[in-house]
Amino acid sequence: MKRFILGRKNHIVLISAILIAAGFFCALALKNTAAADTAFIIASILGAAPIAIQAYQALRVRVVSIDLLVTIAVAGAFLIRNFEESAVVTFLFLFGAWLEQRTLTKTRSAIRELTEMAPESALKQMPDGDFREVAVEEVDAGDILLVKTGARIPVDGTVLSGEGSVSEAAITGESLPVLKGRGDKVFAGTVLDNGTIRIVADRVGEDTTFARIIELVEEAQDSKTKAERFIDRFARYYTPAVLVLGMLVLAFTRDPELAVTILVLGCPGALVIGVPVSNVAGIGNGARHGILFKGSEVISALSRVDTIVFDKTGTLTLGNPEVTEKAYFGEDIDRALVYLASVERESDHPLAGAVLDEIGDTVYRQVTDTEVIKGRGIIASVDGHRVAVGNAALMEREGVEPGTRAKTEIARFEKNGDSLVLTAVDGELKILMGVRDPVRPGAKEVLQKLKRLGVRNLVMLSGDNQGTVDAVGRELGLTEARGSMLPEDKAAYIRKLTEKGRIVAFVGDGVNDSPSLALADIGIAMGGGTDAAIETSDVVLMNSDICRLPHALGIARATAANMRQNIAIAVGVVLFLLAGVFFSEWMNMSVGMLVHEGSILAVILNAMRLLQYRLKK
Amino acid sequence: MKNASIQLETLTCPSCAQKIENAVKALDGVDKESIRVLFNASKVKFSYDEAKVSVHDVENAIAALGFKVL
Repeated sequence: MKRFILGRKNHIVLISAILIAAGFFCALALKNTAAADTAFIIASILGAAPIAIQAYQALRVRVVSIDLLVTIAVAGAFLIRNFEESAVVTFLFLFGAWLEQRTLTKTRSAIRELTEMAPESALKQMPDGDFREVAVEEVDAGDILLVKTGARIPVDGTVLSGEGSVSEAAITGESLPVLKGRGDKVFAGTVLDNGTIRIVADRVGEDTTFARIIELVEEAQDSKTKAERFIDRFARYYTPAVLVLGMLVLAFTRDPELAVTILVLGCPGALVIGVPVSNVAGIGNGARHGILFKGSEVISALSRVDTIVFDKTGTLTLGNPEVTEKAYFGEDIDRALVYLASVERESDHPLAGAVLDEIGDTVYRQVTDTEVIKGRGIIASVDGHRVAVGNAALMEREGVEPGTRAKTEIARFEKNGDSLVLTAVDGELKILMGVRDPVRPGAKEVLQKLKRLGVRNLVMLSGDNQGTVDAVGRELGLTEARGSMLPEDKAAYIRKLTEKGRIVAFVGDGVNDSPSLALADIGIAMGGGTDAAIETSDVVLMNSDICRLPHALGIARATAANMRQNIAIAVGVVLFLLAGVFFSEWMNMSVGMLVHEGSILAVILNAMRLLQYRLKK
Repeated sequence: MKNASIQLETLTCPSCAQKIENAVKALDGVDKESIRVLFNASKVKFSYDEAKVSVHDVENAIAALGFKVL
């Protein structure tokens, strides 16, 4: 019976609307009060039934809900034979709830669109070698799958053969397709626009990047700010308090009309729902643009950021250094190049790759006694010669004295913003290479947008030499650029900024800057689906592109502002209603309920604006 | 202990979340600390002891409050 009534709330709303219309028609046009009252009575009872059931169920689990306030108010109105009011109030309450459900579904649409991108089936290779269609749950890591044009990639995997362009919008929010071939990683939920590929499954089900993004966003949307937790606690006591207030008013004024009006006016609707609904819409907007916010606390902190610190490599620059200038000194350069290549081949330093690319194919020699000197370079033995490869500090340590020409070249390279790779063989400087990491296209515009958004300090930290860092800093228009910093220096620098009272966001690639990501008020990771980035940061830019950063900041600001507006609307409405009760003649239950439901819709509609939010050009 | 997640119809009032939480808490075999009602995602997540209670029991308890389980 209960379920029958609750399941037909929508029908009840419709029927009571018709009954109320009929009632008013009888009363006003036909002047038939008896018929009008009959219609209102039926509408009241019909409408009150689901509300009363909900109130009772809540009471059984010890929750004093709004439903209870409304039930008592309606019962009160009914007892004082104000059938018109009881009918209108129940109708408005039910109709409001229906509208709220419809609009709330809208604010949550961004995340639902995401979950709907979840793959459902896969073409799996069976023991007999044929591919057969199976449900995605039946795919295990290690299985071989076929993906055809237009299909969703079912799991995280690696391409075994074939080639195709993949739209990764589900993961990165980026609409341009990416070309994938043998050895490339593909992600569940992305779509193969053309081509056919065979992949091996690496991660399936809840372990895929896609599933984890959804989980993260869902958790984030339900995380609560301090203010929100306060409101929740407040609401828990507020509702019973209104009930007590209503009884007190009845006891002192002996005016049941006023008492039930207080009950209706006291419903805490907009205040409770206003903040979460902004939050949901803001986080949803972010998810749609490839920005993951890990909670509402993150949004409010990011909205207040006044200092953004960038890790240079891989963030403002592409992270693919290349040799831009070189100079040779003395004889036997070919041999020195072979030694340089042999030593660099064993290093995983980012500059080593650039040097090897520059030298190209060569014959490598046996390298022994390798010693890595942190922050300086490498010393090793090749063919019985002592070879030192590193920066100027290493040369000094080795007692290598550059000649006059070398000195001018070193100065010139440094001024151009190059990182220096010097090679000395047996204490004699042979090769000087200048390596530069090109600035990311669009980085300059991003920084300008951030400035326009009112971020006062844009700082870049880097392990590269100061000359390099200055050159990039000038090119990009940063307020500060610091070089020669080890990861611990960067963390210490950030701590210093936060101690000064700045609200600091740190932007890094999440590879070796986790301390900084954790120390900053907001850690922003550029993570094309890397686990480390997702775990340690507060905000993840899914497509590894800082072009999303201004949008992230903009939506955070807009969301925070939206929450404040909603709180203002809610509090304003309560004050307005209270003033109405005490200072006006026209305030009654029906008006109170109308304004109350109207304010709830107002905060939801206000939050919905966030879904459309785009950064102004 | 096993983890479970139940998808509900769209939840509209935060007090619904509290109702559901209390109702699930009342069931024997559900880890009380683990219950999380995600208001926006309209999901209930919890871990439970298979020997004492089934996901079906939890679904019934929620349905009895008048919320549709999807």
